[in-house]
Amino acid sequence: MFKLNHAIAMGLIVLGAAAGQSVLAQDKSIVLASTTSTQDSGLFGHILPLFKAKTGIEVRVISQGTGQALDTGRRGDADVVFVHAKSQEEKFVADGFGVKRSPVMYNDFVLIGPKGDPAKVNGTKDIAAALVKIKNAGAAFISRGDKSGTHSAELNLWKVAGVDIAADKGPWYRDIGQGMGAALNAASASNAYVLADRGTWLSFKNRGELLISVEGDKRLFNQYGVMLVNPAKHAHVKRELGQAFIEWLVSPEGQKAISDYKINGEQLFFPNATVPGA
Amino acid sequence: MFSSAFWMLITGDPALYRIISLSLYVSLTATLIAALAGLPLGALLALKEFPGRNAVIVIVNALMGMPPVVVGLAVFLLLSRSGPLGSFGILFTPRAMIIAQAILITPIIAALARQTIADLWVQYRDELAAMNVGTAGSVATLLWDGRFSLLTALLAGFGRASAEVGAVIIVGGNIDGFTRTMTTAIALETSKGDLPLAIGLGAVLLLIVIAINALAWFVRRTGERLAGAT
Repeated sequence: MFKLNHAIAMGLIVLGAAAGQSVLAQDKSIVLASTTSTQDSGLFGHILPLFKAKTGIEVRVISQGTGQALDTGRRGDADVVFVHAKSQEEKFVADGFGVKRSPVMYNDFVLIGPKGDPAKVNGTKDIAAALVKIKNAGAAFISRGDKSGTHSAELNLWKVAGVDIAADKGPWYRDIGQGMGAALNAASASNAYVLADRGTWLSFKNRGELLISVEGDKRLFNQYGVMLVNPAKHAHVKRELGQAFIEWLVSPEGQKAISDYKINGEQLFFPNATVPGA
Repeated sequence: MFSSAFWMLITGDPALYRIISLSLYVSLTATLIAALAGLPLGALLALKEFPGRNAVIVIVNALMGMPPVVVGLAVFLLLSRSGPLGSFGILFTPRAMIIAQAILITPIIAALARQTIADLWVQYRDELAAMNVGTAGSVATLLWDGRFSLLTALLAGFGRASAEVGAVIIVGGNIDGFTRTMTTAIALETSKGDLPLAIGLGAVLLLIVIAINALAWFVRRTGERLAGAT
């Protein structure tokens, strides 16, 4: 009867080895720490296969909030960081964790709100005025609260609107501490306002009563930058492969791949690697 | 919409099959490792008297309720490049996921095995003492004679491993085509607002877990019959 036990154990091992083989065979790969917006919007699903076809390099994406993605890079757990919070990125490079920041593309944020529009802001263009109205109406507002790029953009917009959100928030302001999709799900379930990047919104399926409430304000502009994690801090960083990916992203070919990505005919990301100061 | 996950299952969608096989590979390997550690530990706790034994039993029992996200975080900090085991470079790989799940379920297997073997020990104690086989011999005999009941402990461990998302998403990173499992895929589809696909994947996961339990049940029944129904 020991045979039965052995057979089960052997079966487990063989099954494990078989499943593991395909996993361990790839070696030309880099780890990219990026944001939920680039992953959830489907951008990576479009551009990474093109990059792999050209170079054979597999890009393994960890999608996190911008704060967490930068932290992943700081710890040396990624080779390249691709996020959207310029001041945090510049600090990352200044602190010696990243080699150099290259601007890649931008998209924009949109204020999402319920059809019922309790704050009476739907269709307006001034994001600062809209936020003041939401606050004054005490209309439900979902905040990411996760130190992501979208969260820091939201906090910045409250500041621009002259609202001290830390002091003025009431039960209407719900800080959920989760990703963009979770925040949209929460807004959909409670008919609340929420700040979202356009890409995630366009590919988001569980909209319920939600629609775009405010868009087109220049202050809703959202710039993405890419950085190689500094090999001087973390010797194992795959410098050549990571650099190859960065160079491809900002090359005419990579920039075209980004602008070619569309959902329902609508372009999500606008390449601007050649714009000075972006 | 709800049926899209089943449609992918039936039509043999390669991405879905990669996710399913990775889930099985990770959770079955973790169960195997946890069994190698947990079964002897449970047996020793059942029959060895030593100072502080009750405290160890209470701790092992309590660790059954360890939140996966805490295990994930601890393993993450260990395996991170900035952590003590960072030089192995296994964070964000299936191996890291196996380690996290094995740690998570070893206490479950050990605690359930201890209970099963403690019950057997009552029946076998005098006989084994008379045969003078020593501790190792007693452990081996008890594990062997209790093997069909111990299968339940393994299934409980496997169930916990295949169902958890908190640990694998932290140490695996949910990388498409590399460390994405059934549960992290469900979390991702939920965050994308594709709730029908998420619940469909959940139903597929449930089907797979039922199939594995049915297989284990069949093995147990057949084994018991062959062994003369002990």
